[in-house]
Amino acid sequence: MNNLISQIRISLVATIVLAVILCGVYPALIWEIAQALFPDKANGSLVIQNGKIIGSQLIAQNFTDAKYFHPRPSSAGDTGYDATSSGGSNLGPTSKKLIDLVRERVDTYRAENNLPQTILVPADAVTSSASGLDPHISVQNALLQAKRVAKARGIAENVVLSKIQANTHGRDLGILGEPRVNVLRLNLSLDAS
Amino acid sequence: MMNYFGWIQLALFVGLLLALTKPMGVYLNRVLDVDGKTFLDPIMRPVERLFYFLLGIDPRKEQDWKQYSFSLIAFSLVGALFTYAILRLQHLLPLNPQGFGPVGDHLSFNTAVSFVTNTNWQSYGGESTMSYFSQMVGLALHNFTSAAAGIAVAAALVRGVSKNSSQTIGNFWTDLTRIILYLLLPICVVYSIFLVSQGMIQNFKPYETVQVVNPYTAQVIKKDVDGQEIKDERGNPEAEERKVETQTIVQGPMASQVAIKTLGTNGGGFTNANASHPYENPTPLSNFLQMLSILLIPSGLTYYLGRMVKNQRHGWAVWSAMAIILFVGLLVCWWAESTGNPHFRALGVDASSGNLEGKEARFGIFNSALFATTTTGTSCGAVNSMHDSFTPLGGLIPMLNIQLGEVIFGGVGAGLYGMLVFVVLAVFLAGLMIGKTPEYIGKKIEAYDVKASVMFIMVPVLSILGFTAWAAISPWGLAGLNNSGPHGFSEILYAYSSAAGNNGSAFAGLSTNSYWYDITLGIVMLLGRFFMIVPVLALAGNLAKKKLVPQSGGSFPVTGPIFTMLLIGTVLIVGALTFFPALSLGPIVEHYIMTHSSTLF
Repeated sequence: MNNLISQIRISLVATIVLAVILCGVYPALIWEIAQALFPDKANGSLVIQNGKIIGSQLIAQNFTDAKYFHPRPSSAGDTGYDATSSGGSNLGPTSKKLIDLVRERVDTYRAENNLPQTILVPADAVTSSASGLDPHISVQNALLQAKRVAKARGIAENVVLSKIQANTHGRDLGILGEPRVNVLRLNLSLDAS
Repeated sequence: MMNYFGWIQLALFVGLLLALTKPMGVYLNRVLDVDGKTFLDPIMRPVERLFYFLLGIDPRKEQDWKQYSFSLIAFSLVGALFTYAILRLQHLLPLNPQGFGPVGDHLSFNTAVSFVTNTNWQSYGGESTMSYFSQMVGLALHNFTSAAAGIAVAAALVRGVSKNSSQTIGNFWTDLTRIILYLLLPICVVYSIFLVSQGMIQNFKPYETVQVVNPYTAQVIKKDVDGQEIKDERGNPEAEERKVETQTIVQGPMASQVAIKTLGTNGGGFTNANASHPYENPTPLSNFLQMLSILLIPSGLTYYLGRMVKNQRHGWAVWSAMAIILFVGLLVCWWAESTGNPHFRALGVDASSGNLEGKEARFGIFNSALFATTTTGTSCGAVNSMHDSFTPLGGLIPMLNIQLGEVIFGGVGAGLYGMLVFVVLAVFLAGLMIGKTPEYIGKKIEAYDVKASVMFIMVPVLSILGFTAWAAISPWGLAGLNNSGPHGFSEILYAYSSAAGNNGSAFAGLSTNSYWYDITLGIVMLLGRFFMIVPVLALAGNLAKKKLVPQSGGSFPVTGPIFTMLLIGTVLIVGALTFFPALSLGPIVEHYIMTHSSTLF
C-alpha cells in the first residue's frame, strides 16, 4: 500500500514537471526561435494583397473561372477546400461513388479544356488529394489547361506557358518528391501581369 | 511506373538509415546508462538532478520487473487521467482561440487511452476539435512520455538478456528522465526549427479567415442532424448551392508537436489530414526527414542491443530482418500504387502517374508508398496519404505490417522488445529442430520464457480478430463504414489491427467517433500496450535472474543470414498464418474483383 501511494505520488510530480518542460518551455522556445528566424513561414505563408490576406501559398483554394488554373479536386469539408476540415475522400478503389466522381471529372476536364478523346487526362486533375488542400498540380495538368486560360484572358498561349514555367517547382534537391506547379501563385502572377 | 527517381530516393533513404544506425546506437547506449556521458551533460545534468530531487528517487536504485511494471503503469494511469481531465475541461482552459467546447466523454476516453498507449488513434479531427492547450499539453505530453516508456521497456529487456544472475532490470524513473532529457527533447528542438524552415507553422494566433481570389458556388449534399445524407424520392442525394467567399485557415503550435510525433513514433496529427496536410508536411524534403525520423530510434536500438549483449553482429542480424521485411513490403506497395486502378484507366485517365486518389502531388506515388510502409512497419501511424484509397494490394501491405506485430523496426522501444520476443521464439523453434536446449546469448530459454512470449503474441491476435468479428456483425460496426463490400470489411479490420498494434493510422473513412467504436478501440489499445508490456517485463526479469553460461560451439548462432532468415520466417509464419483468412475477405478478394470484373460497391 505504501508502495502504491509513493508510486502515485512520483507519477503526479513527474507528470506536472514534465508538462512544464515539454508542454510549456519547449513549444514556447520553438515559437520564439521560429518567429525570429522564419516569421513568414511560422505564421502560415500567408499571401497579402492590398492590405488584405487572400490566402496561403501552402493551402489550396478553389478556382472555377476559365481564366484561372484549376486546382485538384478536394474532399475537405462539405464545400471542398475547407481548411478547417482537412482530409481525403477515403473512397476505396472499388467504390462506385469514386468511379462515378472520376468519370464526371474526366468529362468536365475534357469539355473545359477542349481535349479530344485521344489525349489522356492527368490523374491528379481528376482525383482528390489526401489533405483536400493540395496547393499543387502536376506540370502536365497545368500545360493542358494553358490554352483555355490564354483564351479566356485574351493573351498569347506562350505568355501563359512561360508563367507555368516560372511557377514550377522541381524535385527538392533535384531528387526528392515530384515536380509541381503552385496554383495560387500561378494564378496571382497571371492577374498581376 | 516505378521510375528511376524512386529508386534513387530509395537508395538514399536506405543509405542514410544505415549510416545513422551506429551513431544513434552508441548514443542510446550512453543515454540508457545512468552513468553514461553525453555532450549535453553541461546543460542537462543540473536539470536531471533537479528531476530526481523533485521525484524523490535515487536514480541508481534499480527495480525488479514487478516494481518496474508497477511504476510504468502508475505513471500511465496518472497521465491518462490528466489528459482526460484536460479534454473534458477544454472550454475552461486557456489557449482556445476558436472557442471549442469540451470533448465528449467517450471520445475523451478513447483519445486519452490512445495517447497514453503511444497509439495516437484519432476518432476526431484535430483542427475542428482540439484547442491549442489540449494539443500542446493534453496530447503532446504523451508523445514524449509514451515514447520514452517504450524505449525504457526495450532497455529493460535488453538488460535482462545481458545481465548475469541479477534480480533487477533498471529504474523506470531514471530511464524515463534520461530518455526525455538527453534523447527526445534535444533532437526535437533542432528538428522542429528545421520543419518551420520548410513552411510548417508555429504560432498561437486564432485561425485566419481570408477573402478568396475567386469566389464560387459549391454544390453541397444536404445532411440531417445526424450527418446522414438526405435523399430525394429517387434515392439520389439532395444538393443545395452554397456561396463560398472566404476560407478559414488553421493555425497553431504545430512544429513543436509534429517533431515528437514522428521521432517518438506517435503519429497523432495536429490536423485531421495528418502529414498529408501542406502545413504539417510542406515539402518533399520535410517528408523525407519525417520518414527518416520515424525509423531513427528503432533502428539505433538494434545497435544498442548488439552493444549491450557484446555481439554486434546479432544487432545487425536483427536490423537486417527488419529491413528486409520493410523494403520487400515497400516494393509491393509501390508497385501496386504505380500500377493504379484499372477503372480509372478505362475512363481515359493517364495511368503513368499511378493511383493518385488520396495522395499529394508533391509526394507522388513513391513517397506515399514509402511513408505508408514506414509508418505501419513502425507503430507511428502518421500518414501522408489516405490508406483507405490505396489499391487493394497497396493497402494490404500497411495492414499486414501492423498485423505482423509492429516489429518491422516497430515503435520506439516497442519494436525492439517485440522483435526480441520473436527472437526468443525463433531460438526455441530452432532448438526443437536441432534437438538442443534453446539458448539465447548465454541464457537458457525455458518454459516460463516461452509462455511469456506466446502470451505476448496471442494478445493482439485475439483482440484484432475477436473485435473485428464483433464489429462486422453489429449495427454499430457497420454504421461507421464509408465503403461497402470487401473494402468495408478492410476498414474494420484495419481499425482493430491499428489499435492493437498501437499504430494509430486508419482506413480513415470509417467513422469511429461513436460510443461503441470509441470504447472497444480504447480497450484494444490498452490490451495492445499493457498486456504486452507486462509479459515482456516478466520475460526481462526472468532472463536477468539466469546465469550467463559461456557460449559453446554447439549453441545456435544468432548472427548471420541463416538466423536472419529464421527470424523473418518466424515473424511471417505467425503473422501471415493468423491473418490470412481475414485478409482474404478484405484486400485479397477486393484485388481480384478490381482486376477481373467490373463490379463496384
